[in-house]
Amino acid sequence: MSHLRDTFARLREQKTPGLVTYVTAGDPDLDRTAGVLRAIDRAGADVLEVGVPFSDPLADGPVIQRATERALASGTTLSGVLDLVRSIRADIRAPIVIFSYANPILRLGAERFADRAREAGIDGVLILDLPIEEAADVRDMLVARGIDTILLLSPTTTDDRLRRAAALGSGFLYAISRLGVTGAREVLADGAKEMVQRIRRVSDLPVALGFGISKPEHVREVGQWADAAVVGSALVDVIARGGASHDLHTRVEEYVRWLKS
Amino acid sequence: MKATGSKDAVTSAGSDQPAFGRRDPDARGYFGAYGGRFVPETLVAPIEELTAGYFAARADKAFRDELDQMLKHYVGRPTPLYEARNLVGGSVVAGPERTRPTPSDVRVFLKREDLTHTGAHKINNALGQALLAKRMGKRRIVAETGAGQHGVATATACALLGLECRVYMGTEDMRRQALNVVRMQLLGATVQAVDAGSRTLKDAINEAMRDWVANVTDTYYLLGSALGPHPYPLMVREFQSVIGREARAQILDQAGRLPDVVVACVGGGSNAIGIFDGFLEDADVRLIGVEAGGEKIAPGCHAARFAGGSTGVLQGTRTFILQDDAGNIELTHSISAGLDYAAVGPEHAWLRDLGRTEYAHISDAEALEGFTALARLEGILPALESSHAIAYTMQLVPTLKPGSIVVVNLSGRGDKDVQTVIDSGGRVLSDPADGR
Repeated sequence: MSHLRDTFARLREQKTPGLVTYVTAGDPDLDRTAGVLRAIDRAGADVLEVGVPFSDPLADGPVIQRATERALASGTTLSGVLDLVRSIRADIRAPIVIFSYANPILRLGAERFADRAREAGIDGVLILDLPIEEAADVRDMLVARGIDTILLLSPTTTDDRLRRAAALGSGFLYAISRLGVTGAREVLADGAKEMVQRIRRVSDLPVALGFGISKPEHVREVGQWADAAVVGSALVDVIARGGASHDLHTRVEEYVRWLKS
Repeated sequence: MKATGSKDAVTSAGSDQPAFGRRDPDARGYFGAYGGRFVPETLVAPIEELTAGYFAARADKAFRDELDQMLKHYVGRPTPLYEARNLVGGSVVAGPERTRPTPSDVRVFLKREDLTHTGAHKINNALGQALLAKRMGKRRIVAETGAGQHGVATATACALLGLECRVYMGTEDMRRQALNVVRMQLLGATVQAVDAGSRTLKDAINEAMRDWVANVTDTYYLLGSALGPHPYPLMVREFQSVIGREARAQILDQAGRLPDVVVACVGGGSNAIGIFDGFLEDADVRLIGVEAGGEKIAPGCHAARFAGGSTGVLQGTRTFILQDDAGNIELTHSISAGLDYAAVGPEHAWLRDLGRTEYAHISDAEALEGFTALARLEGILPALESSHAIAYTMQLVPTLKPGSIVVVNLSGRGDKDVQTVIDSGGRVLSDPADGR
């Protein structure tokens, strides 16, 4: 059974809006990422996305770009991220999704990556710049190892592609609420609800909506029509501000509890 | 002496009409194992719209005719093919004792893309894509630039066609190509500084793509080299293939036969693929691309992808890239901003696999020698990018059989590089000893 599927089934049963969190692994270093992930899990996040830093994050806004630079400066690699997850997997309740650009995975090799992801206890993989047309090889490797392939859907995605993504994806579908790069916003995007409804018409897979979500009221609003809200840049910003401080984990835990409030 | 190309000859050779559609990549945009579309989901639909728009435009005679007319009357095509007699066998020391070439020597012809309006081959592609953008109803253009030549060409095309223009440029490139920054601004473009990564071309492309992904509905991304997701590598090659069509007709006219070797510098590889395209089916013509060897072939010190690279995915395409063991893109270095990039166009990687093209690299110091030689011996200031091709040709010529013919793509002019050459200790002042 897929840990992701179970998690979303439970959320639907409880009629609770889910919270998916994103952090860039290795910001400020992998040791502190371990503590951050434990804190987020304690605070009750439903799915943990672990971002792999990449030198050219062209889908990311300034907050995650800076986090990526700090993570790379601390020597973080995909291999190191997989080792980290493996070492803390038993302590974490929530499903863990690897969030990466294509090249680090292709450099490691799709098959080797899939093997290492399974060993690490990874539940799902989302590759930002690997659209459906290019994803077949990696997806097959992941499917064979029981790992979900999370596909992104955007306001520009046609209905035809929505149907293909619904057929090929598993775990959940990640809907991007707006055009543009990642980054926190004050208000939710117009059309976000329609976006989710469009996906609902073609798929029963759970839908998590991301891009621009930073507050509990966003999470609650999204939860009325999507299965979960994704908070990335706003959480990464909390880590950026708390980076070196002794109470980083407390701050992160409090922020995630606040989001769930 | 018939030193320059005859426009009549080019026209009468029937080469002024593009032969679009030859050597297209497959439907997914692959040239062999290279190419494809590695983009975030938001860009898939806009890229499909672009692909449909491009294929419709190139099938439309009216579009081709409009572009041809602009290339002729606005850009100044065909550009001359000039036989550089002094460069071969000449010495950089000017003066009476300079060795003169003999009739049996190798003949070197320069395809003078430096003489186009705006001073580099980039205008061929910028005008083509700007016309396409207009046809597709896009009012706003974003572009990246390294050396500034593509930025200037795009700003020019936008001024001409009444389009809004924003050019992203790394701060390191803005410093070393300051003249081109001002040129773009004078043409009405906004130049947006990019202060990330190595502050060069790669970072400018990231930022241009971020702009595009946020503004896909009204914005056209005018990519300047044979790079990026399909259809850009194809589209840019086809807009640049005018160079090869002209050069082939001109060399037949002026030398009476095909060349033995064609040489071009390769950053992303648009000028090279443009001239190579004219000779790809001429199996006896060697096609040699010259990459930037920088200071030395070691990580971070060069941009010679075929010397220090491996296959990977960068900015939408699978090709040869410079990367570390973890799949992060390595920093690059070249004295020429236009060659200072970590990936090469996917079609080059494919043609190299097929054994149809060869690649060499030239160091910063050698490129400066090429720059100086062409200036002193032929009275032409080449762009530092093109100086790599010149320098390689100077090394190649002594190894060729007498009577061989070489065509070199002189892709751009060097005004923009004057400060870099001075800063690099290039010999710019007339040393009294030089004249004797």
